[in-house]
Amino acid sequence: MSAMQSLREAAFTHRRRRGAELFLLVVSLVVGIGAYAAVGLGVEGTVPADIVGYGGWLAVLCLGCHVVVRLVAPYADPVLLPIVAALNGLGLAVIHRIDLADLAANPDAKTFARGQLIWMTLGVLLFVVVLVVIRDHRQLQAFTYTSGFAALVLLVMPLLPVLGTTINGSRIWIRLGPFSFQPGEVAKVMLVLFFAGYLVLHRDALALAGRRFAGIDLPRGRDLGPILVMWLISLGVLVFQRDLGSSLLFFGLFLVMLYVATERPGWLVVGSVLFVSGAYLGYLAFGHVQSRVDTWLHPFDPHNNAYQIVQGMYGMAWGGLVGRGLGQGDPTLIPFSYSDFIMASIGEELGLTGVMAVLLLYGLIVERALRTALVCRDAFGKLVAVGLGVVFALQVFVVVGGVTKLIPLTGLTTPFLSYGGSSLVANWVIVALLLRISDQARRPLPELTSPEEDDATQVVNLR
Amino acid sequence: MNKPIRTMSIFCMLLFAALLLNSTYLQYFDASSLNSRPDNKRVRDAEFSRKRGAIVAGGSSIAESTKIDDQYKYQRVYKQPLKYAPLTGYYSYIYGRSAVESSQNDILSGSDPRLFVNRVVDMIGNSQPKGGSVSLTIDPKAQTAAYDGLRALGKNTEGAVVALDPTTGKILAMVSHPTYDPNRLASHKFSEVQKAWAELNSTKNRPLLNRGIQEIYPPGSTFKLVTAAAALSSGQYTPDTKVKGGPRLDLPQTSTDLVNENGSTCGGDPITLTQALEVSCNVSFGDIGLRLGADALRTQAEKFGFNQTYLNDIGGQVQSRFPANPDQPQTALSAIGQFDVAATPLQMAMVAAGIANNGTVMRPYLVDEVQAPDLSLLDKTRPEAFRSNAVSSSVARDLTQMMIEVVDNGTGTTAQIPGIKVAGKTGTAQSSPDRPPYAWFVSFAPADNPKVAVAVLVEDAGVERNAISGSGLAAPIAKRVMEAVINK
Repeated sequence: MSAMQSLREAAFTHRRRRGAELFLLVVSLVVGIGAYAAVGLGVEGTVPADIVGYGGWLAVLCLGCHVVVRLVAPYADPVLLPIVAALNGLGLAVIHRIDLADLAANPDAKTFARGQLIWMTLGVLLFVVVLVVIRDHRQLQAFTYTSGFAALVLLVMPLLPVLGTTINGSRIWIRLGPFSFQPGEVAKVMLVLFFAGYLVLHRDALALAGRRFAGIDLPRGRDLGPILVMWLISLGVLVFQRDLGSSLLFFGLFLVMLYVATERPGWLVVGSVLFVSGAYLGYLAFGHVQSRVDTWLHPFDPHNNAYQIVQGMYGMAWGGLVGRGLGQGDPTLIPFSYSDFIMASIGEELGLTGVMAVLLLYGLIVERALRTALVCRDAFGKLVAVGLGVVFALQVFVVVGGVTKLIPLTGLTTPFLSYGGSSLVANWVIVALLLRISDQARRPLPELTSPEEDDATQVVNLR
Repeated sequence: MNKPIRTMSIFCMLLFAALLLNSTYLQYFDASSLNSRPDNKRVRDAEFSRKRGAIVAGGSSIAESTKIDDQYKYQRVYKQPLKYAPLTGYYSYIYGRSAVESSQNDILSGSDPRLFVNRVVDMIGNSQPKGGSVSLTIDPKAQTAAYDGLRALGKNTEGAVVALDPTTGKILAMVSHPTYDPNRLASHKFSEVQKAWAELNSTKNRPLLNRGIQEIYPPGSTFKLVTAAAALSSGQYTPDTKVKGGPRLDLPQTSTDLVNENGSTCGGDPITLTQALEVSCNVSFGDIGLRLGADALRTQAEKFGFNQTYLNDIGGQVQSRFPANPDQPQTALSAIGQFDVAATPLQMAMVAAGIANNGTVMRPYLVDEVQAPDLSLLDKTRPEAFRSNAVSSSVARDLTQMMIEVVDNGTGTTAQIPGIKVAGKTGTAQSSPDRPPYAWFVSFAPADNPKVAVAVLVEDAGVERNAISGSGLAAPIAKRVMEAVINK
């Protein structure tokens, strides 16, 4: 049965579909540049004067990516890049719209759209570098412990006295001259690589030993080491950096990858117990966690400082089904409407329709990542793709769920939409990695000839 | 590893499904309740710069929006603000809205579903949506009579008047004093609004309070109507039944006696039930209360609306109260409207109106019609019975006759209207020794074909303690209100 299946899989050849990618990319550019034009029309009544320069720059970036993919990853998934381009373009337009509102209120206000475009450019450059330099994702397996160490360093960096700064109560930023950077965003990618490499090596021990209890295979005590360490690190992030969102993200990521690597639901049970107890301890121990939960449960209680989330909800309700239209709402009433709460801004001006469209785009990114994991032929690639897909899904869930009051609000960025250089760059790298893995996975198997047939032929290592 | 990957796919799908459902809830199902929250600045800004509909009483507007040259384009203006403030309420940028401005906000602001077609037309025509108008049941003459009556007692008089049409439940007048000027709160000069607000809230006699519905007071002897209704309904009493009279009633389980106002002897012992009501005999009704028991009294009170909420057109109606488990002396005191019995003036007007309307209590309402911006009729309130047979029609007849006696020969002579039969009942209620008693009068007229039922409460008129009485302070106001309605 499984032999037949693998035969069938082997017989199926993926098409490159680069033409489809180009077509979708043009549609994405229409979305991004169209939104930018709509902002100008909505706020100032005219199409912005710099639409050609802006649109041109966006088009050059996107089409550049396409050309690079065509050259170095011809079998890569054709849907990912257009989705990302659409999201990034929409995010830029919304940030620009909020800039205009801020400028109208205060001519000296700080603007964000230009910075975001520069960060996007940087993200695209890194995207190209990753695709060009890493020709096979399995090369990365060699850097398992390097990645792990790098992740740890990145996580600790904001705590260092000179480098780290506390912004809005969370110590998750480092400041280098004029630039501030959230190393946690990059650490996320490094952690995925580290977990994948580590689990590929150790998954047998983690998977096979253990005893059965209440119908669930529970792991051995000594194998609990890594998960406990990860749990402590997550708690450390919560305690020292006061960053609820990242803490949840890292732990959830590790748990899922452990489960996928070992195929044992027992890990999910152990992990969930740890998560619940950790969350409860955090709730008991930290005032900022308690206040987050309180504002979530009772946002209209005047004792809770829930202004931001309440304004976000009001904005989304005001948007209704089809939204006020770009430039017609009041998103500046929401603090951080250009970053953490950009979904509320989109909900207000583009309505439930816009929110659903964005959520479906995110869902498609996750779907493409998981699909890549399914068809990928090696364990490391599978784990990296699953990890990236799940971390993306969790992040969207935590931040959008927080903004829409589904779960308590935690500070995370909305991928590709919110203002924030580190997040944008890290997410472009994630997409590059996914494209690289999918290119590898979808590429037809090389024709293998038996060495016996020709003595002169040698088996070479494809790596 | 593909099995767990598929499991994770389902997990991720569930996450996204949760997000999609939740945002649908937020932006579609919950949107209208979020939009109607008073601190919602978006909605407030949008509404504030819209032509808000008028509030109309007796064909002329008492609140309307007029064009003004500032960022909000329209200014809410209240005509005769002091007289109508408890009804219109205020429409303030900072402090939200109250009374009809609040309860009818959807119509007035134009966001009501019934105005959907108008909104679409406005949107296509690229013009600002306009609000519809609200017509009140108020009779301006009665309102004026009630307001002038309370006002005449002095600037610091605390009191309320509520007049009802007994056959429909229409609120014909509702005045609360002291009152306030909603124009000060509707102003666009926000610092002055804040000053006015602070002033209104720090004033000891609470001008923002609508005493007609938002505060309960011991109803005193006016509650004897409820006790008499319970007695007649029990079948053990007729208006001619002899009941205990005399100067004092021994309260069981205590060493104290229940005595009459001013040491009266009620004209004998025993006396008829009619006579007991006529002279407002505490001893008689205390004794009747003891014989009927607290449950019978409470049942009768609740038939008139005690312990219930019934007014939807203005928010904040407080439930009138009959105590849950009074012991025997407390029951006797409750029967004469003391102890823990407490009622709003609206509630006492409903008692009178129920008796006037053959025993059927109509649900009181204030909003008569709502109209679209083009003045076409959107909705007209249909009168509905709040409680049919609160008393039987024969009991209602008997009570009416007894109340006529009160006005003709008893404590309520100051409410007499020449040529018209008036039925009424006075009340003077003690709350605590250190504050003046409450003066009450409830009545309806004409007794044979009732057009209006009134309750007047004077809480504090700043007069000498011995000058306070239902017949002296409250009845003349009731008379003027009844005259205003009848002499149309």
